Amino acid sequence: MSGTATTTARQDAPGTAAQEPLLRAERVSRNYGGRQVLRDVSLALQRNHVLAVLGPNGAGKSTLFRILLLIEEADSGRVLLDGRQVGPQDSDARRRIAGVFQRPWLFRGTVRANVAYGLRARSMSRNAVRDAVAPVLEALGLAQFADRSIDSLSGGEAQRVALARALVLRPDVLLLDEPTANLDVTAQRRFREDLEHLVRAHARAAIVVTHDAAEAFALADHVAVLEAGSITQSATPAELVAAPATSFIAAFTGAELLLDGVVDASEAGGLVRVRLAGGATLSGRIAEGYGQPATGARVHVAYRPEDITLGPADEDAPTSAVNRLPVIVHSIVPTGGLVRVRLLGGAPFTAVLTRGSADALGVATGISLTAYLKATALRVFPA
Amino acid sequence: MDVFIESLREAGRLLLSGDAYVWQILLLSLQVSGAGVLLGLIFGLPVGIAVGLLRFPGRGLAIALIHTGFALPPVVVGLFVYMVFSRAGPAGHLELLFTPTSMVIAQALLAAPYVAGISMAAVQAVPPDVRLQARGLGASRARALLTHLAEARLGLFAAVVAGFGAVISEVGAVMMVGGNIAGETRVMTTAIVLETRRGNFATALAFGLVLLTLAFVVNALLTRAQQARVRAGVHRPFA
Repeated sequence: MSGTATTTARQDAPGTAAQEPLLRAERVSRNYGGRQVLRDVSLALQRNHVLAVLGPNGAGKSTLFRILLLIEEADSGRVLLDGRQVGPQDSDARRRIAGVFQRPWLFRGTVRANVAYGLRARSMSRNAVRDAVAPVLEALGLAQFADRSIDSLSGGEAQRVALARALVLRPDVLLLDEPTANLDVTAQRRFREDLEHLVRAHARAAIVVTHDAAEAFALADHVAVLEAGSITQSATPAELVAAPATSFIAAFTGAELLLDGVVDASEAGGLVRVRLAGGATLSGRIAEGYGQPATGARVHVAYRPEDITLGPADEDAPTSAVNRLPVIVHSIVPTGGLVRVRLLGGAPFTAVLTRGSADALGVATGISLTAYLKATALRVFPA
Repeated sequence: MDVFIESLREAGRLLLSGDAYVWQILLLSLQVSGAGVLLGLIFGLPVGIAVGLLRFPGRGLAIALIHTGFALPPVVVGLFVYMVFSRAGPAGHLELLFTPTSMVIAQALLAAPYVAGISMAAVQAVPPDVRLQARGLGASRARALLTHLAEARLGLFAAVVAGFGAVISEVGAVMMVGGNIAGETRVMTTAIVLETRRGNFATALAFGLVLLTLAFVVNALLTRAQQARVRAGVHRPFA
């Protein structure tokens, strides 16, 4: 365990070594029988940070999880812990990392025995194990279950035991694979709140692998998006929402709705005119990181319902940088203090407005209105 | 009907009164079959675990052979062991024919496929993810493997019980290689054959009762092992 001691010393020293991320993946690739599951994946986990790896099912998240947990070898690329290359053979490094699997398998026996498992694997004395396990059982609300068999636990309790089993190790890096996927919605919210606090209290840094953008945003300081085996964007949650790098991320970050279209003409200032599948023509901004698309190129257009403003029919557009669309109200969905309005006009749009402005406009099914949408609020992605 | 009731009463008396002839045979049976299963475990358990956990060329054939072993006729095993230990056989000089040792060896050959087959199924019933999760908590490969086996322990226990159940009730092999010599190689099954021929139904029935009781206990334990696995599965999303 001398490695840990020198690490701590190095970390305390200001400057050079403190800049090195705690855990880093460098161009990691992995194939299964000719199918490339991970392609040149690079990411960095800073100390005291929670990093989310966000991606849909089948993106390679679980494979990346196992490689970062050092229980599976990458075909190429490196994993570095404190700047030192590590792998499944490095038992010292493996003991600084702990993982909670998507579907945790609790070992037959009591809750206490499960939580003690990793400490026993580290040949810790019986007394030391008991002293280490007790506060973690307490922190996770498992103290009253301690001597119960795992067969008597509910799904939520089992998930807590799985988390406790990893937290008790006080890992430098805690890896969580879909930590709330097995829970119902209320249990999910509670567990997520606990998770944020517990992870930061017991681990030096954590990586959460998830398909759930809400979970990633709730827990993480930084989000790396994994699409079809590649990292397509690595940014803070705010940056991801403000400037999604792909149409997929735009859709994934929830609030944005997507339309299909074809480039009609290029305009000045990174803008482009797009003819939507429904016939309407809109000006939009090319998403960051992409060049000017050719005329006729297929694109996706993303917008947020809250960026659409509504006015009376036949009103003039305030400036040319604002798209103006004659629309007809198709349906109205009240959601608390806000009203979601489905609009038809060249393409189906959704707008969100307050109940007050809806009343002022006299919004009702079948009436004609004008919809405004700033060109800069429309994001155009190559299809 | 009287013969049944009379014999049953007499059988109970023989068992409870500690009749020397009955108890000597009962103990030898347990010793021979116990040792046979133990020897069968030494060979069958590693094979079953290896075939269950590893992927290698010829694995399908290995599984087929193990399952064939389930149907191994005891008299054929008896013939084989008899030939090996007969005066002209390769191990004839050891003079083990008609001794409990040769009976143990024959029963071990019969028990090993059961032990291998059931332990193979037991370790396969535990998802390989268990070893990964153990490794993810810092366990070494060896400890992760032990954890996997510990998860399969009820199934492994079932393998032992099933092996014992198979050999304790077997008559063909022990008859051939043991010779059914009173006080030396006579076990419950061979005694039943002999005492029935002699018309000593009560003595035969006493052994029959013991065998039935053992069969009941063995099956109760097997059922319990299976049910426990099902019960655990309910609370395990991955089971």
